[in-house]
Amino acid sequence: MIDYIQPDYEVVRNKDLCIKCKVCVRQCANEVHQYDEKRDVLYADNSKCVNCHRCVTLCPAKALKIVKTDHCFKPSANYTTEIIKDIYRQADTGGVLLSSMGTPKDYPVYWDKMLINASQVTNPSIDPLREPMEIKTFLGRKPETVKYREDGSIEVEKFPNLELKTPIMFSAMSYGSISKNAHLSLARAAEQLGIFYNTGEGGLHEDLYKYSLNTIVQVASGRFGVHEDYLNAGQAIEIKIGQGAKPGIGGHLPGKKIGPEVSRTRMIPMGTDAISPAPHHDIYSIEDLRQLVFSLKEATNYKKPIIVKIAAVHNIAAIASGIARSGADIIAIDGIRGGTGAAPSRIRDNVGMPIELALAAVDTRLRDEGIRNNVGLVVAGSIRSSADVVKAIALGADAVYIGTPALLALGCHLCRSCHAGKCNWGIATQNPELVRRLNPDIGYKRLVNLVNAWSHEIMEMMGGMGINSIEALRGNRLMLRGIGLSEKELEILGIKHAGE
Amino acid sequence: MDEIERMVNEVDEKYREGNVRIPSGCAICGYFSKKGRALPAIDAVDAMAYMHDRSNGLGGGFAGYGIYPDFPDHYAFHIFYDNEHAREETESFLKIRFDISNMERIPTKKVYGISGAPLIWRYFGRLEPEVKAHTELDEEEYVCQTVIHINTKIKGAYVFSSGKNMGVFKGVGFPEDVGEYYRLGDYKGYCWTAHGRYPTNTPGWWGGAHPFNILNYTIVHNGEISSYDANRRFMEIYGYKCTLLTDTEVITYIIDYLNRKRKLKLEDVAKVIAPPFWSQIEKMEEKEREKLTTLRNMYASLLITGPFSIILGYTGGMMALNDRLKLRSMVAAEKDDVTYVASEECAIRSICPNPDRTWSPAGGEPVIVELEKEGR
Ligand code: SF4
Ligand code: SF4
Repeated sequence: MIDYIQPDYEVVRNKDLCIKCKVCVRQCANEVHQYDEKRDVLYADNSKCVNCHRCVTLCPAKALKIVKTDHCFKPSANYTTEIIKDIYRQADTGGVLLSSMGTPKDYPVYWDKMLINASQVTNPSIDPLREPMEIKTFLGRKPETVKYREDGSIEVEKFPNLELKTPIMFSAMSYGSISKNAHLSLARAAEQLGIFYNTGEGGLHEDLYKYSLNTIVQVASGRFGVHEDYLNAGQAIEIKIGQGAKPGIGGHLPGKKIGPEVSRTRMIPMGTDAISPAPHHDIYSIEDLRQLVFSLKEATNYKKPIIVKIAAVHNIAAIASGIARSGADIIAIDGIRGGTGAAPSRIRDNVGMPIELALAAVDTRLRDEGIRNNVGLVVAGSIRSSADVVKAIALGADAVYIGTPALLALGCHLCRSCHAGKCNWGIATQNPELVRRLNPDIGYKRLVNLVNAWSHEIMEMMGGMGINSIEALRGNRLMLRGIGLSEKELEILGIKHAGE
Repeated sequence: MDEIERMVNEVDEKYREGNVRIPSGCAICGYFSKKGRALPAIDAVDAMAYMHDRSNGLGGGFAGYGIYPDFPDHYAFHIFYDNEHAREETESFLKIRFDISNMERIPTKKVYGISGAPLIWRYFGRLEPEVKAHTELDEEEYVCQTVIHINTKIKGAYVFSSGKNMGVFKGVGFPEDVGEYYRLGDYKGYCWTAHGRYPTNTPGWWGGAHPFNILNYTIVHNGEISSYDANRRFMEIYGYKCTLLTDTEVITYIIDYLNRKRKLKLEDVAKVIAPPFWSQIEKMEEKEREKLTTLRNMYASLLITGPFSIILGYTGGMMALNDRLKLRSMVAAEKDDVTYVASEECAIRSICPNPDRTWSPAGGEPVIVELEKEGR
């Protein structure tokens, strides 16, 4: 059969620099680099290269680079190279196209169209090096009324809340889709940072129960690895209804990623595909969700907040309003640019909406209905920097989840090939040889560095606005101005245009 | 102000309170007799004159408590009208709801530096028993909603004072001129607060001056809060409409919500809007720590950041409070039964040259004074 598909990338080896050490051959799990002993030459099979930079980074002679191929089709703005190749691919296999990480499509990134305010003259900015700057955050439902006891102390209805030292958490990534070393790095970093990581839908490896104080356990439609100890192992339980990268469908972990340990943790046979169904089979409407929320509360003695995670879809505000009345303590919303370990490409690239619009719409709706304080609001789906965090909080979020940035800190190079299970960086793989490449002792420190750096920047920006406590930033939309946005976009975001 | 004069002022409309957000600097002062002695308003006028440079002639005002001993149980409505038509409409609206015992123009006198005054009227009334019997709201809430209705629905009418046995007097001009304009020399009360404004908009509208009032609460405020929109959006969840877009308005609503509606003690209200830092809370003994953690968490969006000093007047009491970093000056003093608070010590010394003690209240530490209960 003719292979219609030409490689996207070319491996360029500078022969003058190459010392023929063959590191590249050993490092590339995709078997791109080959050494021909007879001819004593190194050559590369470009068709297998996913552009993950492993060989480039580890080449001691710095002799390698990967370039985008200049081999091309006749240019067309309609039938682009990607579209043509996808059609060839489907004609070859008859299958659904799979991809991973967040959509590469050019949807508007509203974070980059919002500007942050700062103080000048009429009120002072605050220097975070000289004054306390508070970013501690509580997540969960808030009581409304206070009763005084005889002795002047107060009595309020108590709701379980999560306490975060900084308003950033690691979003759900399952053991199975990512490696144990990746999970271990996330857990240890969360512990050190006073925040939470999220198990994702793959259960919890027995070695990680000791990080219980910084764990959120997830219950998804497949119910993999869910049992009583698991539910009680975390500080909160997240019911996963949907994910920004693939709203409306379930999860798919290919059998080749399911070795003995993943199999034991997930409580499924080795080598079988782990397919979580699109809906929860016990949730067909909002009142069913309420029942699941309360059965989980029963199972954990009403001690843990329940998070409901949904993908941002068109009717998000109404859905969130329903969830806020379902007994859930926290709503997590994941936008279209959110990452994934594997998703059908068409869904990842076409279903859902940007998190910024979803967040603004939900926060506004919950306030209009007077139920904003019933729930904490966490957003995810491409929070790329501390500035995005500040903007998300000013729009109305309580905290954010980060996934992709956490993986980048661990060495991910966004080659978007996680679904293949051959991650050269030891992250999205279960191959023990590859997993060993990720050292959790180093990994967790890099995560701690990243989140600390962001926290410092958040404080810096808050200080500039004259705000010394994160709660005064939350929902403070006057601190944002749009740039280059239409009237309608401004209306949905609930902000003014720069200059207004 | 007649129609011809008003045309000249029409450009001001665009930058009026409510149409834009206006930061402003200010001078404030207040004094309170614990024994309930009737203190002269004129002291407040004099004190403000000492802080002349903290205002820019674009707004001044005063609030007095215990000033209407002849009508202690009547709501005293002070209302600005742009024209006679607004007055007729408002009066017919009020008369079907309130039994009005007395109505009059508030006495004023011509003063150099005061111009563009609206028609200023005052009414003493009680809620009609009939209305009271039929409304689902409690009486205070009903009165509050009446005021909001007039202010938002009747064009050209603005109720700027609506408590019992208290009143606000305010206008555009330097505070000492506004005081003279309202003939404050004729008034006495157990508590006075005062405000001089340095706004950053073009003036023109008397309603935009301070104190800001709702029921018996009055607020004078100096500062620009950076938490404004977080506070405003939280208050709007509970049905408060922030129409003026000023800090003072939202602070007044926060206090009304926490103190009147949620029945929080004022010292706890202070801990909500200017709480100690987490690092301080963590070091407190358990009971206090738990209380402050709970309050900070549940009313997180009512925390106010940015510089402010406020003086709250209410029936029987006065509270002064600084932001938690103390980014605005505020000094307090005591002499016999009277407690003084002001932006600058000179203002206090101008009316009380030898106080028994003066101090500078720490950020977030409220100064609360109340009338001594009889028999104590
Ligand atoms: S897949 Fe990665 S390691 Fe292999 S050749 Fe390409 S860039 Fe290098
Ligand atoms: S996790 Fe690994 S496979 Fe996935 S995008 Fe990152 S580097 Fe590529």
